[in-house]
Amino acid sequence: MLFRHTAALAALLLLGAAPLAQAADKPTDPQIAHIAYTAGVLDIEAAKQAIKKSKNKEVVDFAKDMERDHEAVNKQALDLVKKLKVKPEDNATSKALTKAAEEERAKLDKLKGAAFDKAYIENEVAYHKQVNGALETLLIPSASNAELKGLLETGLKIFQGHEQHAEHVAGMLK
Amino acid sequence: MKAAALIRELLVASTLTIVASPVLAATIEVTIDKLVFSPASVAAKVGDTIVWVNKDVFAHTATVKGGWDVMIPPKKSSSMIVKAAGAVDYFCRFHPNMKGHLDVSP
Repeated sequence: MLFRHTAALAALLLLGAAPLAQAADKPTDPQIAHIAYTAGVLDIEAAKQAIKKSKNKEVVDFAKDMERDHEAVNKQALDLVKKLKVKPEDNATSKALTKAAEEERAKLDKLKGAAFDKAYIENEVAYHKQVNGALETLLIPSASNAELKGLLETGLKIFQGHEQHAEHVAGMLK
Repeated sequence: MKAAALIRELLVASTLTIVASPVLAATIEVTIDKLVFSPASVAAKVGDTIVWVNKDVFAHTATVKGGWDVMIPPKKSSSMIVKAAGAVDYFCRFHPNMKGHLDVSP
């Protein structure tokens, strides 16, 4: 199940990455801003679900870290788009990310206890890995505004940290 | 009279302070900006204070596995007095890709 979700997301991000060869299909800054913001919102929603459902302190603490960091990144993103007068624009990648996250959330909602904790953390590892891949190979190279690129680069470092943190928690659950 | 007594008291107090701390402990600053400890490696002596200045909007920690753990809130500073000699690697619990090193001499 998890694998299928991860594979679907990988396919989606590859789909997004494939048109890189054609410069015309590169995401625009308004689209990049929307994708990055959406990725953050989705992880905040996943964190809220975990805070509500999990009884494991490590998992709840991790989820609270995710909620706090992604809210801070997204606040910076909103401030920046306002300053740059960029209007984030919905796009196929944002829609696909949202759909995949909704499916994952519905699946996780049916799980309880240790099974939930394990599935949530494993998905967090996979999700951050995928978003980091998209940031590295598509979003950062495509961003044309230097400040937006800078924020995405800081975002990448944060998300890479989250990926390692999630792997650490996943290791503890085993 | 009163003023003279006060001055005498201050003199005594300052002399005592000097006697009590023959070596001045240093304060060493480590800045955190965009998830990087800078300088990444610092040298200190036992009794020195390390101050972490967090310029990020994210909370960080300076943590030694099985050792000390300092919370550094967003846009704030936190400090710690170095107690033991030795070399330690520290990291941020929230973002384990952030790494620092501390060399402490006695």
